[in-house]
Amino acid sequence: MHTLSSIETKKTQNIVMPSIPHIRIENLNVTIDGRHILKNINLDIPNNSITSIIGPSGCGKTTLLKTLNRLVDDAKGVEVNGSVLVNGEDIYGKDAEVTHIRKQMGLLSQKPFPLPMSIFDNVAYGPRIHGTRNKKVLNSIVELQLRNVGLWDEVKDRLHASATQLSIGQQQRLCLARGLAVEPEIILGDESTSALDPISTQTIENLLVELKDRYTIVLVTHILRQARRVSDYIVFVYNGEIVEFGKSEDILLNPQHELTQQYVKGFIA
Amino acid sequence: MSWRLLKDFLFKKSAAVFLAVSLSVVLLIFVGLGYKSLPLLQSESIINILTQSVWSPLKGNFGFLPFIMGTIWVTFIALIIAVPLCLLASAYLAEYASDRLKNFVLPLVNVLAAIPPVLFGVWGILFVVPILSDYIGPAFGITSSGYSVFAGGIVLAVMIFPIMISIMVEVLKTIPEELKAASLSLGATKWETIKKVVFVKAKPGIFAAVVLAISRAFGETIAVLMVCGNIPQIPKGLFDAGYPLPALIANNFGEMMSIPLYDSALMFAALLLFVIIFGFNFLSRVILNRLEEKA
Repeated sequence: MHTLSSIETKKTQNIVMPSIPHIRIENLNVTIDGRHILKNINLDIPNNSITSIIGPSGCGKTTLLKTLNRLVDDAKGVEVNGSVLVNGEDIYGKDAEVTHIRKQMGLLSQKPFPLPMSIFDNVAYGPRIHGTRNKKVLNSIVELQLRNVGLWDEVKDRLHASATQLSIGQQQRLCLARGLAVEPEIILGDESTSALDPISTQTIENLLVELKDRYTIVLVTHILRQARRVSDYIVFVYNGEIVEFGKSEDILLNPQHELTQQYVKGFIA
Repeated sequence: MSWRLLKDFLFKKSAAVFLAVSLSVVLLIFVGLGYKSLPLLQSESIINILTQSVWSPLKGNFGFLPFIMGTIWVTFIALIIAVPLCLLASAYLAEYASDRLKNFVLPLVNVLAAIPPVLFGVWGILFVVPILSDYIGPAFGITSSGYSVFAGGIVLAVMIFPIMISIMVEVLKTIPEELKAASLSLGATKWETIKKVVFVKAKPGIFAAVVLAISRAFGETIAVLMVCGNIPQIPKGLFDAGYPLPALIANNFGEMMSIPLYDSALMFAALLLFVIIFGFNFLSRVILNRLEEKA
């Protein structure tokens, strides 16, 4: 078993970062009920690309993702120290307004959770909350986002039917459209394909790859092949610490750290 | 057969018998009430009994409409007060309150449920009735003794708080965290999430809680009887006295049994109450069971 002290030689491989990344994490520490879940996380997430967070289950990757839109601190007994800068603004700062922060990010959860309303209202939910009342504007937002996720032709005749009637793959694309409708800059995916069949998984993956020109995408995944298929960058997290961060092919084919090597080869699950 | 096995056998059989006895009591009550109401039902059609508004046993007029309307008024007022209050209270407990507060308040709510109804009645007489007659009535230009369906509704509302709050909190807890997270992650505030997602998703359960509270409210006797005036008239406003069904039975049973059909009429009142409450309880159980299957 590796002790924590063995994870010290952090290696960030040749990545050219923009001056202001959409997401910069500085000295982030998270404890839940006194357990140290994330330890001294420092990370700049590259803009307009897909970064995958990988690591064995329980290593803290989902917690790391949820610190980015402050969904962690809704849970009880959670303490967050350090800062997460989104577009230069510390989302854990005193003046930070949670609703404003979250509007900048779309979240795609493990299982699709359509809101208890129609397909149309699911997509229009975010814009309405943020003050869009105009029917024409809402119509065009809904159509645009449903087209973006390739759902428009499948649902255009039943926009006002309940969203739960859709297949689970369609629901997940609806949830993506719903997230995109608030015009975020960032998309967070928490093992977003784990409940889906292979074809729906591929659809979602292709969508994310298409979207990365316009969005900064952070995914948590436990499927290495998925990380290889979609990501530009990979963060390997072990026991709450970042072991290695680099370009996808570097991490997968030429990992520098012993732990990463073992994980990539399948020795640590 | 060994003694131990025989004991086991005897226990099993006798337990089954006890179960049958306790269940058959319910059936016996129903049959007994039905049988005793027969004389009234034979002398007058059931539609007449339910829709006529004159109640004068001495002259042989048994119109139940005043009592039905009295029950509806009191129950309806209680619901109008209790539903929004309980909905917000349970939303606070389920979504905002800290564990410490929850662990303190929820047992307290159950203590409220254990207070004997007669105490609520006394509270109604000492507190609610004077406030209605001295302050609220005059504020609307109404002279009233305070003994009214309004007073009954207020007392009843307080009495159904506990059952409503505890069921609603349970229902709200069944809403998945991820669904709330979906709404929050779009930048919705907690209140927007509760209003547009949690309440909507919890609608069947909230409905079941209300229905269960209604069946409790229909049957509540002593506290309501003490404050609502008990005049057999159809209430026309909040400050009018009313006479709910259970109060009719409790006030008159055992008296004036010499009048023909009076006995039967009271039995019919009991039967009516029995059927209504049984129906509402059944309905809410069905809804709650369905909800549990889904969750």
